[in-house]
Amino acid sequence: MAVRKNQADLTATEKRNFVDAVLELKSSGRYDEFINTHNAFIIGDTDNGERTGHRSPSFLPWHRRFLIQFEEALQSITPSVTLPYWDWTVDRTPRSSLWADDFLGGDGRSGDGRVTSGSFAFGSGKWPMNIRVDGRTFLRRSLGTGVRELPTRAEVDQVLAMPVYDAAPWNSSSDGFRNNIEGWRGPNLHNRVHVWVGGQMTTGASPNDPVFWLHHCFIDKLWADWQRLHPKSGYLPTGNTPNVVDLNDTMKPWNDVTPADLLDHTKFYTYA
Amino acid sequence: MSRLTRRQVLYSSAAALTGAVLAAPAAFPASAAGRPADGHGHSAGHGHSAGHGHSAGHQMPEPFDEVYQGRHIEGWPADDDGSPDGGHGGHHTGGAAGPHEGMDFVVRIDNDDLHVMRNADGTWISLVNHYETFTTPRALARAAVRELQGAELVPVVTG
Repeated sequence: MAVRKNQADLTATEKRNFVDAVLELKSSGRYDEFINTHNAFIIGDTDNGERTGHRSPSFLPWHRRFLIQFEEALQSITPSVTLPYWDWTVDRTPRSSLWADDFLGGDGRSGDGRVTSGSFAFGSGKWPMNIRVDGRTFLRRSLGTGVRELPTRAEVDQVLAMPVYDAAPWNSSSDGFRNNIEGWRGPNLHNRVHVWVGGQMTTGASPNDPVFWLHHCFIDKLWADWQRLHPKSGYLPTGNTPNVVDLNDTMKPWNDVTPADLLDHTKFYTYA
Repeated sequence: MSRLTRRQVLYSSAAALTGAVLAAPAAFPASAAGRPADGHGHSAGHGHSAGHGHSAGHQMPEPFDEVYQGRHIEGWPADDDGSPDGGHGGHHTGGAAGPHEGMDFVVRIDNDDLHVMRNADGTWISLVNHYETFTTPRALARAAVRELQGAELVPVVTG
């Protein structure tokens, strides 16, 4: 059983194994398929049309499945690797060990935002931007520029306290836990973190930055935390909702997995 | 949408150019204070108040056409079938504005299409700034110019 850890608790060996597996997926071309998939859904998901990966109830189970698939790809290279999570309520500055050269590398430089240190820096030659929305071919970050502060623990707790999973109209204007954690409403959790990191993380091609996985792993953990806090609250909606993935509907692009299949993460992994 | 869209045609030609576009940027915008007042939605984490002016009737924003930080930005409402309308005849010989039905407003930066989307509350996002909302397409285009720092948009790849 995979155990997902807080990135702050990883050993030097665990960091190196994670980074090396990510780089291997990149060089094999498999990494960019994940970027492609994410970009396609983020463009295709609309508030008034079909919506699966974002701005909809299936935001959480879709990303859970997406992360499992990525984690399995990492494990096909190094079986002991699991996804770490980034608790940005605690590790909330550019000085966090998350951004050290032995892990994800640092902030972008002033001027063009180019990340210049660590394995994912352009200069390493190992991290080309093949799937991109503009002409720049180097990983960029601008930590804390697009928005100054990461969400606080109090803001997270405010969202975790919401007892209803999601609500009509099941999109970016909904009340409920899902839309508040996604960030289109309320204190703005998930969306704000993308903006705080800056660079490719603000775009539809956000998985170009490996911190994407650590961010979404924490979002996934918060979903699990929410379930523990509200054991009687289930995924909604449960049937016959146009354009929206109901509890027992299969999700694209896999077409063989439903939100119901993904509610219990302990079938796949646990959080340390 | 099965036909080859204008966007795809545009992008296939733009793709050949992308190696040459790393224009030197000016100073990176260091804070929200440097941003135009008409634009920013709730990226700072203060909820959604900025967008609600449009939420009731979803009134379509006005077309715009200006040079912002050295980039030509323009935008106009798209037709029901996705093709642009009104006042930009010289640009629109090829049909649809974009590959997605959600595109009800066309935004271009230096003649390259920027994919944009309207939220249910009337705010807007773009592919370049996909996790923060803007009250108008013009504000979104200006934000994209700041984010691009001189770089050109390239084809939207959706696998």
